[in-house]
Amino acid sequence: MNLTLKIWRQKDAQSKGKMVDYKVTEISEHMSFLEMMDVLNEQLINTGEEPVAFDHDCREGICGMCSMYINGEAHGPDRGVTTCQLHMRMFKDGDTITIEPFRAAAFPVLKDLVVDRGAFDRIQHAGGYISVNTSGNTQDANAIPISKHAADEAMDAATCIGCGACVASCKNSSAMLFVGAKVSQYALLPQGQVEATDRVRNMVAQMDLEGFGNCTNTGACEVECPKGISLENIARMNREFLSASIKG
Amino acid sequence: MSGFFKSSIGRKYAMALSALFLMFFLLQHFAINILSVFSPNAFNEASHFMGTFWVIQYVMQPVLIFGVMYHFIMGFILEIKNRKARVVKYAKNNGAANSSWMSRNMIYSGLAILGFLVLHFIDFWLPEIETKYIQGDMSGLLADGEGFRYYEELTHKFVNPLRVGAYVLAFVFLSLHLMHGFSSAFQSSGVSSMRKQKLQAFGKAYAIIIPLGFIFIALFHHFNH
Ligand code: HEM
Ligand code: SF4
Ligand code: FES
Repeated sequence: MNLTLKIWRQKDAQSKGKMVDYKVTEISEHMSFLEMMDVLNEQLINTGEEPVAFDHDCREGICGMCSMYINGEAHGPDRGVTTCQLHMRMFKDGDTITIEPFRAAAFPVLKDLVVDRGAFDRIQHAGGYISVNTSGNTQDANAIPISKHAADEAMDAATCIGCGACVASCKNSSAMLFVGAKVSQYALLPQGQVEATDRVRNMVAQMDLEGFGNCTNTGACEVECPKGISLENIARMNREFLSASIKG
Repeated sequence: MSGFFKSSIGRKYAMALSALFLMFFLLQHFAINILSVFSPNAFNEASHFMGTFWVIQYVMQPVLIFGVMYHFIMGFILEIKNRKARVVKYAKNNGAANSSWMSRNMIYSGLAILGFLVLHFIDFWLPEIETKYIQGDMSGLLADGEGFRYYEELTHKFVNPLRVGAYVLAFVFLSLHLMHGFSSAFQSSGVSSMRKQKLQAFGKAYAIIIPLGFIFIALFHHFNH
């Protein structure tokens, strides 16, 4: 199929960017969206133009690097997929596709479609871990009984790949789905409960510091999240935060 | 608890609390207003009680005024902060693909309600304060002393079709505001999804029945005058 692409081009973090139109031809419907971008970039390189910079790594939906806002939705029109898992069969011959970087004040654009999601790393550093003494006699995690229910919910929360689609989709650029998932994955397990109070307070404080907006429960994040992280994680984080604040 | 109300989540709780209070107030307001349709006498009695009982006047009324002010001022602050969290807007954004119109436009439905509240204050609250606390007439009686004035004043207000139109429109916006707001308040308060599912149906019913009831009262008095 033949497509018109409207792509955000921006030289570097300081420059002002703009939308630029490109044409690509003979795109197979079996290609992934990133393969289509590869075709475009090859074409640009052959004509001596600067290729479009975009993030990607695993190309199988597990690393969370690929990050495009396609036709007004994070990771494009399909559900439960990242951009690398999005297939060109979701589009029609002759379509015009708008491709923008994830937009949020806390995710500054570095170049073209590449944004800096370091804010997520800093939130993780603030408390998204457990402290374990690795002296050699650490208790085997499997020796601690955990209910199936808690294990399942913790696992579901832990599937968050930190892609940032929740922030990009949210009209408020709120990071609460991401932080809710990271808080929940520990709050549900005995190993995480030890440091639960500090964790939720520090992670929320860091989140607020990074300049993300405030959640108004539109639910856009849950719909666009490639891993189906549920809003329930935000409710759990709110409960955790309230009880941590009461404990003082 | 020191930093709680400065944090994003603390503010969500406070917003939800003020909203839950407003929804409770609305229910009580409706219960009294609907009396005017069935029994002018009962409506007069209830109005006189609410207008003169000190707990209502000096405790609940200030709490209500604070609640409303807090709610819309925080609503504005929230909106401004959230707009700042995205400096460059998307060239193309498909909000309808992942969220309801109501949830994306709380500030506009809220503004419509605020406009109505100003009108409503001028219509009912200011004259009431004037009569009771400036003229000092706490009797609640008509000028000729023949019975209570409340029902008379109410029906009189709904003669003007423009006012009735404005009231009806405002309640449509209130319904849209609550369609999202009701369940949003419970989500903000951290209520778990299982309980929320049951609340959801109740919330939708509330968001439709209460505004529709107010519209019915306005139209009833307009056409029965
Ligand atoms: C009787 C009047 C009102 C009632 C019953 C009401 C009810 C609600 C409810 C239940 C929520 C959801 C709270 C939450 O998510 O935690 C809400 C949110 C909101 N309200 Fe109101 N509201 C009223 C008036 C207003 C007014 C006058 C404004 C002024 C602009 C306003 C602006 C907002 C905004 C911006 C939100 C979004 C916050 C959010 O969704 O979290 N509301 N309201
Ligand atoms: S919650 Fe979902 S959308 Fe947000 S970062 Fe995690 S995987 Fe991505
Ligand atoms: S490239 Fe790893 S998730 Fe898309």
